[in-house]
Amino acid sequence: MIAPPTVELLRERLGASAGEVSLSHGMLVLTLPSVELIGVVSRLKTEFGFDMFLDVTAVDWAGQAPRFEVVWHFYSTSHFARARIKTRVPEADPVVDSLTSLYGSAHFMERECHEMYGIVFHGNNDLRPILLYEGFVGHPLRKDYPKTQEQPLVPYRTEGA
Amino acid sequence: MDPKTFPIRAANARTPAFEYFSTKKDELVGWARKFSLFPYPFVTACCAMEFMAVSSSPYDTDRFGAALPRFSPRQSDLLMVVGTVTHKQAPVLLRVYEQMCEPKWVMAFGACATSGGFYQNYAAVAGIDKIIPVDIYVPGCPPRPETVIDAIMKLQDRIARSHHPIITGTF
Amino acid sequence: MPEFELPNPVRPAFGAERDGEVVVNIGPSHPATHGTIQVITALDGENVRRVDVHCGYLHRGFEKECEDHTWANLIPYVDRLNYCSGLINNFAYCEAVETLMGIEITPRCKYLRTLLSEYSRIADHLTCIAASLMELGAMTAFLYLVMIRDYVYEHLAALTGARVTYTYGRIGGLARDLPDGWLTRLDEILVQYEDFIGRIHGLMDRNRIFIDRMRNVGVITPQDAISYGFTGPMLRSAGVPRDLRKDAPYLAYAELDFEVPIGINGDNYDRYYVRMREMDESIRMIRQLMDRLPEGPLNVDDRRCVLPEKPLVYSEIESLINHFKLIMEGPQVPAGEVYTAHEAPNGELGFYLVSTGGGTPYKMHVRSPSFVHMGGVHRMLEGYQLADFIPTFGSINMIGGECDR
Repeated sequence: MIAPPTVELLRERLGASAGEVSLSHGMLVLTLPSVELIGVVSRLKTEFGFDMFLDVTAVDWAGQAPRFEVVWHFYSTSHFARARIKTRVPEADPVVDSLTSLYGSAHFMERECHEMYGIVFHGNNDLRPILLYEGFVGHPLRKDYPKTQEQPLVPYRTEGA
Repeated sequence: MDPKTFPIRAANARTPAFEYFSTKKDELVGWARKFSLFPYPFVTACCAMEFMAVSSSPYDTDRFGAALPRFSPRQSDLLMVVGTVTHKQAPVLLRVYEQMCEPKWVMAFGACATSGGFYQNYAAVAGIDKIIPVDIYVPGCPPRPETVIDAIMKLQDRIARSHHPIITGTF
Repeated sequence: MPEFELPNPVRPAFGAERDGEVVVNIGPSHPATHGTIQVITALDGENVRRVDVHCGYLHRGFEKECEDHTWANLIPYVDRLNYCSGLINNFAYCEAVETLMGIEITPRCKYLRTLLSEYSRIADHLTCIAASLMELGAMTAFLYLVMIRDYVYEHLAALTGARVTYTYGRIGGLARDLPDGWLTRLDEILVQYEDFIGRIHGLMDRNRIFIDRMRNVGVITPQDAISYGFTGPMLRSAGVPRDLRKDAPYLAYAELDFEVPIGINGDNYDRYYVRMREMDESIRMIRQLMDRLPEGPLNVDDRRCVLPEKPLVYSEIESLINHFKLIMEGPQVPAGEVYTAHEAPNGELGFYLVSTGGGTPYKMHVRSPSFVHMGGVHRMLEGYQLADFIPTFGSINMIGGECDR
């Protein structure tokens, strides 16, 4: 029986593995340690009906440690509820588990998060650049990548060429 | 070679009759070329909406002879770069340009093709003239169809006034 | 002429390893791929065995630009995400910022935003259907649809000043109110729309060739659709009746009476028909909204985000300083994060904003439906013929600006 998710129900069923559960502008937010991710997400999918994986992205809290906060969004097509999962990973070892075993939409979105921030998704063996190109060095959405630093593939024309 | 106008030097000047026939030939070939432009719509972004609008009624580039798009660079002579060109797309644009045969003209359609628009960052090329030579720049984000038609007419004037060597290097 | 080897910007997932397979590259400069998608296909004769989709040829660094501009200066950038329906992007973004600031828009603004969202939805579906029909060879249908779309563009230009990228939404309201006679012209356009769409129905719906090319081609099952994150007409054509306007109503949708069309097979014909019916439902909604549009102020009376009236700016020092600070520093949005999703013509368009206080975003992420659909498109292409690639891709309505951001 898929139960409609509320803060209390999530705290009760998932217990300590759910980390901190709160409500933010009508959305359930779970802040948990990265090791709990795959267990909590599969329980959210089977027990609470969060069958659609919307998005994964990261926030670069430059200057703080751990530096990156990886954010996942889920949607339940049966209860019309939304959930956000947040976890922190350090700069030296930005590895989280991949959700490709649970959701098909994870493939492309994890590739984008990887190339933009450098987050490694353990379990996704195809982390080629998707929006950027082969040969691009660096992760542009990190705060220390200057916005106008271009890496041209084609050399620019000179005057009169 | 770019069919640009260049002055006839005294050393190259032939008889007045040759110059007369050369000018008349240029006018005839220019007239034929300007009214039968085959655009290659290298379409990427939002300007595509205005490109679709200018190609169909009520604006209609068919009135100017520039209606039939040819999606092969070998068969086209006007490369319309419609929309932003990013660094990832740049090798593709250069390859398409190189595959086109002479005479060819390039139209930078829209602010992004002209100068990068307001995307001055790591991803977009700040104007396609960094990669290929451009004959006419069309401002606007996206340009109104009337602006595009004005640009086509100006390009047609330029083609009409150009030197068109078709038989030898100078005639 | 540069004397160097042109680099390949992508790394394909496969080479021509298997016997009997030919690897054909489609795009990225290809009319059917809307100019910015590269699909590397492994073919066995005409049958498509494997497909490797590459997007990113229109990645313009939108999310990085967001960290450098004020909240209000980003509205032109959001316009250019799904450029076929620019107003919906405006309103979804403005609503996200208004949620963070705790602002509630006025009733007139709410109804007008709903009306314009539905109007934009019509323009987007017209573009999608026109392009996909033209790629099948139905040039007449393309010209009819672009004609009516041109009326819509000119009409929106009378309101906003631009035909394609409007920049009309503002944080706390809209840029300006309706001019005189705008609603009368809207009525005329809706009548002309019925006429044009009647012709398209007559040309296409029971056309033998059209049905043969679109029925049972590009089929997606409901389970696959949900697993790959499909939303919008892609999901509804597979038979799953999910629509954010009904399930989690925002703006004025809760008060409107409309249906959500659903498909049967999940094939290209269903997607075409779902879009045609959605346009009819949008017309119904617009007529209801025209009747119910309330009078009253358009912008919320909140000095934190709405610019003061010009006569006040020129006469009072407080308004002058307010105006100056709003333009130079941007509206000060309290720290926090929000995810707001609207039902865009392609599906769920979500904005995830992170603010640390101040006038510029700390982070902005767009959950774009086209990008997610690209992740699942291989399920709709593998196993069909090469010629089926054209109608299938056209029916997805992949918009480059939204896919690559």
